[in-house]
Amino acid sequence: MVRPKLLLAETAGAGLKAEHAVEILRTSPEVGFFEIHAENYMGAGGAPHRILSAIRDRYPVSLHGVGLSIGAEGPLDRDHLCRLKALNDRYQPALFSEHLAWSTHDTTYFNDLLPVPYTEGALRRVCDHIDEVQNTMGRRMLLENPSTYVAFSQSTMTELDFLREIVVRTGCGLLLDVNNVFVSCTNHEMAPEEYLSAFPLDHVDEIHLGGHAPDTDSAGRPLLIDTHDREVDEAVWALFRSVIDVCGPVPTLIEWDNDVPPWPVLCHEVAAASKILRARASGEIRHAS
Amino acid sequence: MRVDPKAPAARDFAEGLLFPGHPVPAGVVGPDGAPDLKRFNVYRNNVIASLTDALAATYPAVRRLLGETYFSALAREFIRAHPPRSPVLIWFGQAFPGFMETFPPLAGYPYLGDVARAEWFWLQAYHAADVAPLDPALLQAVPSDGLGLVRFQPHPAASVVRSRFPVHCLLQANRFLAGQEVDVDMTQSQDVLISRPDVDVLVVRLKPGGAVFTQALLDGVALEQAAQQASETTEGFSLAPCLRDVLASGALAHMNR
Repeated sequence: MVRPKLLLAETAGAGLKAEHAVEILRTSPEVGFFEIHAENYMGAGGAPHRILSAIRDRYPVSLHGVGLSIGAEGPLDRDHLCRLKALNDRYQPALFSEHLAWSTHDTTYFNDLLPVPYTEGALRRVCDHIDEVQNTMGRRMLLENPSTYVAFSQSTMTELDFLREIVVRTGCGLLLDVNNVFVSCTNHEMAPEEYLSAFPLDHVDEIHLGGHAPDTDSAGRPLLIDTHDREVDEAVWALFRSVIDVCGPVPTLIEWDNDVPPWPVLCHEVAAASKILRARASGEIRHAS
Repeated sequence: MRVDPKAPAARDFAEGLLFPGHPVPAGVVGPDGAPDLKRFNVYRNNVIASLTDALAATYPAVRRLLGETYFSALAREFIRAHPPRSPVLIWFGQAFPGFMETFPPLAGYPYLGDVARAEWFWLQAYHAADVAPLDPALLQAVPSDGLGLVRFQPHPAASVVRSRFPVHCLLQANRFLAGQEVDVDMTQSQDVLISRPDVDVLVVRLKPGGAVFTQALLDGVALEQAAQQASETTEGFSLAPCLRDVLASGALAHMNR
């Protein structure tokens, strides 16, 4: 069987969940690609690789790392980077991405995407790490903008300046998580429309959409939590439409990682994103310029 | 020129994550520039909750035996004492069986360690390398005078768990047949062989002496010597059925004559 390589930007993708695999393989739904969390496929063999191989025979795949800790103070974990490279070589994913975050300090892995202060020192470190990743993997990576709940008083630049400078220095692409934009902007009392209008959209090769949960901080201000446990919020859909309006169709993923619903519910979200991408492709919704 | 002030050491942030008594790290603020405990606590909760979920996915029978509330509290203690060392969480929690066995409040539940040990090996078997198990016909083709000297290489998914407790029945009752009627006789000792000849993990209850025999074979001991070890330690050890179990489970990968 010829492995599909071409990623069609007009059909959205879905995060691959083990509980959906049988139904996906049985019904071959119209999904543009499936994204995997790399760390879930780092065992030697067994069911995960059996399933992923079958998916890969039918669909393009996107490799999304969650544990490389690119924003860490210490050096990258070379063993982990080699495991990522092995997955990349084996499955030849159409896209490869990681996060602007850290998750390991010393030898402890925290299993969360922790925030990076936007300083010159952090910028140099992150760029060095991205260079190392791209050199080792032999491909360009996409860096995802974070969802954050705190800021650092030590930061000397904005997140947008930080991201723009990373792109210039490393040549990496960006994964624009529109839900993260909405979550972070709400949490830091900024307008998401303004953030997006200043975002380096020319470098965006993938978009993420996911659900978030509302909460409040100690002072009673709105605090959104990036939970990936529900439908995409209406406000995030609106921001997504405005982004697609400007950049045209971009491979777009629906993330649903917790309280994972039956496949048809996730598939419905994918179809909603595809509808927006196709409308833009056929020129229906372009009105900005 | 703007000086880059020293960012808060990631160490402060990292230590604050695992220990709720630590203050919010200096410089970690909300939109008004002031520290905000609830915001920092989102990260604390994410760390503990996501690692508790990972542990619960590895140890579902232990979780069922302890109940969700106790399991979560125990997981928090374990995570603080033995946080993961790798971003690959299928390798997280190997120390959990031993942790429970030395956790004083659980002294009255000494069987939990063996149940957890079996669940740990189940997960390792699930993710083990894909290797075809030994074809039993190859062993049958060995002339009888050379049979005793045959040694094997273990299948990468194979493990033996020996227990003073009915570990097989406890696993059935709390994991594989959870919710169904399973008789658990707490006076029984049970040993299990965990293997994965293809894609499904098998958990087979071993016959008397089967654990010593199977472990010896997995360790590369010659067939005759393995049988001798088993019969010396177990009255009523019977070679043929125990060898059949090992072969049928796909616990052996290659044969060396």
